[in-house]
Amino acid sequence: MSEGLNIVVPIKQVPETTEVQFDEETGRLIREGVAAIINPFDEYAIEEALRIKEKHGGVVKVITMGPPWAADALRDAIAMGADEGWLATDRAFAGADTWATSLTLAKCIERMGAPDLVICGLKTTDGDTGQTGPEMAEHMDIPHVCYVSEITEIGGGRVLLKRNMDEGVETLDAPIPLLVTVGKDINQPRLATLRGRLKAKKSEIKEITNDDLKMDPKEIGLDGSFTRVVKVFEPEAPEAGEIVEGTPDELADAILARLQECKVI
Amino acid sequence: MGEVPVKVMDACTGCGVCVDACPFGAIEMVNGKAVINEACRACGQCVEACPVGAIVMSEAEVVDLSGYRGVMVYAEQRGGRVHPVSYELLGKAQELAGQLSEPIYAVIVGNDIGAGAEELVKRGADKVFLYDDPALAEFRDDPYTDLLAQCCRDEKPSIFLIGATSLGRSLGPRVAANLRTGLTADCTYLDIDPETGLLRQTRPAYGGNIMATIITPNGRPQMATVRYKMFPEAAKVDNPKGFMVEKPVDMSNVRDRVKVIDFEEAKEQVSISEADLIVSGGLGMGDPKGFELIGELAATLGAAVGASRPTVDEGWIDYRHQVGLSGRTVRPQVYMACGISGAVQHQAGMKTSDVIIAVNKDPEAPIFKISSLGVVGDLYEVVPRLVEKIKEYRGDA
Repeated sequence: MSEGLNIVVPIKQVPETTEVQFDEETGRLIREGVAAIINPFDEYAIEEALRIKEKHGGVVKVITMGPPWAADALRDAIAMGADEGWLATDRAFAGADTWATSLTLAKCIERMGAPDLVICGLKTTDGDTGQTGPEMAEHMDIPHVCYVSEITEIGGGRVLLKRNMDEGVETLDAPIPLLVTVGKDINQPRLATLRGRLKAKKSEIKEITNDDLKMDPKEIGLDGSFTRVVKVFEPEAPEAGEIVEGTPDELADAILARLQECKVI
Repeated sequence: MGEVPVKVMDACTGCGVCVDACPFGAIEMVNGKAVINEACRACGQCVEACPVGAIVMSEAEVVDLSGYRGVMVYAEQRGGRVHPVSYELLGKAQELAGQLSEPIYAVIVGNDIGAGAEELVKRGADKVFLYDDPALAEFRDDPYTDLLAQCCRDEKPSIFLIGATSLGRSLGPRVAANLRTGLTADCTYLDIDPETGLLRQTRPAYGGNIMATIITPNGRPQMATVRYKMFPEAAKVDNPKGFMVEKPVDMSNVRDRVKVIDFEEAKEQVSISEADLIVSGGLGMGDPKGFELIGELAATLGAAVGASRPTVDEGWIDYRHQVGLSGRTVRPQVYMACGISGAVQHQAGMKTSDVIIAVNKDPEAPIFKISSLGVVGDLYEVVPRLVEKIKEYRGDA
């Protein structure tokens, strides 16, 4: 590892807000005027990659799959300090579920040079699945660790790290190459500097199409996806009940009465 | 360049109905014709909406799936204790298997897990597959993936359900990728399409602002991770007819690359996931000290303390208390929300509570729209009086 680590950060461009509104008359999603940003969790992944590079040397490459304008997210990452931006873009990649997305990204990452570390945000704010990371690791046949809260030590071809499970914190020892997913407790992402922004503006984004990957059309995009979205709808809200107003004393009585009714006191 | 999965035929009149119909903003009008771009998720809304039938889906290959039968549940355990979400999945599996007339399977991996396996039989599993070996005592993604994938290859279930716990959400994608099948994350509702017999997997997306129903027509098993506290647990059956099947474990044949060095159990086990009564605080408290009052009410009621995400982000309280889409899903008998406005992300984690009581100064707070009892008032005036009244009622004031 005298030349440092090859660190890849797969990122995604997502709508700035998840507060999507439904048009009450047509039942459709209203999307107008919603800006696109880097998935917030991915910023923690980029930050962690930059910190590792600063300590151990190497190169940080960001990759995203999406339409041509997803290059904006790559430039934002370069403005933070990433070295290279790679864009997997091809109409043939459209309609991909997490299986097809992770397979395509895995092929891209192999093409970008054998990685030592792949660092992902633990999920995106739009799809919300958290599946693409571990699925990529399986396609590349490298181990993965989800919910990493601390990368303690890197050396001798191994990584010492901690992950948050529901019941507590595990300390793990994993070999390189390794894929990790990180959450918001791992670091505080830096802001892009003006110099970074200027560099990002001038950076060349390397495009990857299926002409480069030469993947079987049955393995990419919609045809390569095992899942299909058959219905999208607005969640049903429970019915509103009684609303009470009054003096604090009356209000406390109303709550007490309801708790008694529920037989919890 | 390849093709987008949805095609626009020459019959397109350029009316623009599909542009409005598309939930993903993936259709543009170019020279009076609809053009579908890379944002397309192949949901089919435009196909339905097109008044002249000019939009069609490209047909997927038909795969023979008839050899797959049975609804399998992954029984997660730590230290031999089966995670309760496994019993919830088993209950759901009984319902789905009943509709399909297929058997109910469970698979459990670990060390000294016989008692857990027996409980699964008592609660109605037809067959429980055990991978029981001292080398499997600690969860690691690698060997657990290989054994679950092997089990699915051997037993060929049509459906495989995994709890959407931290463990399940790490393990599930790895198993699905290994088996070359689809996986739907974090489902909150599952049923069978009576016409096709396919599993309909419904889940929140966009921070809970929309729900999506997803199918896996060409992959087997149809895999889903399922949120905890969504379904009732499987009850013990009268005459359990199921049995356990011990599977051989050959550790030299499974991958095992990541070593567990240490496990530190969470000190403060709040376990809001299991509480029957929860009192939660939100940003409307205005001050981290509000949690002292919430804590007092909770202690009086014997309730757990919950929190909205902004209070956790502000550092007022630990993440383990967080209720909502990015926190825990809870389903208590009574959920009391104090100073919580009720963002949709928060609602996603608590709206299936039996009774919701909200205290908020703002009569327009969205939380009131889902509350069984909405109390318009200042929590700093109402809650202390409530604490007194509960104590009085119990006669220990």
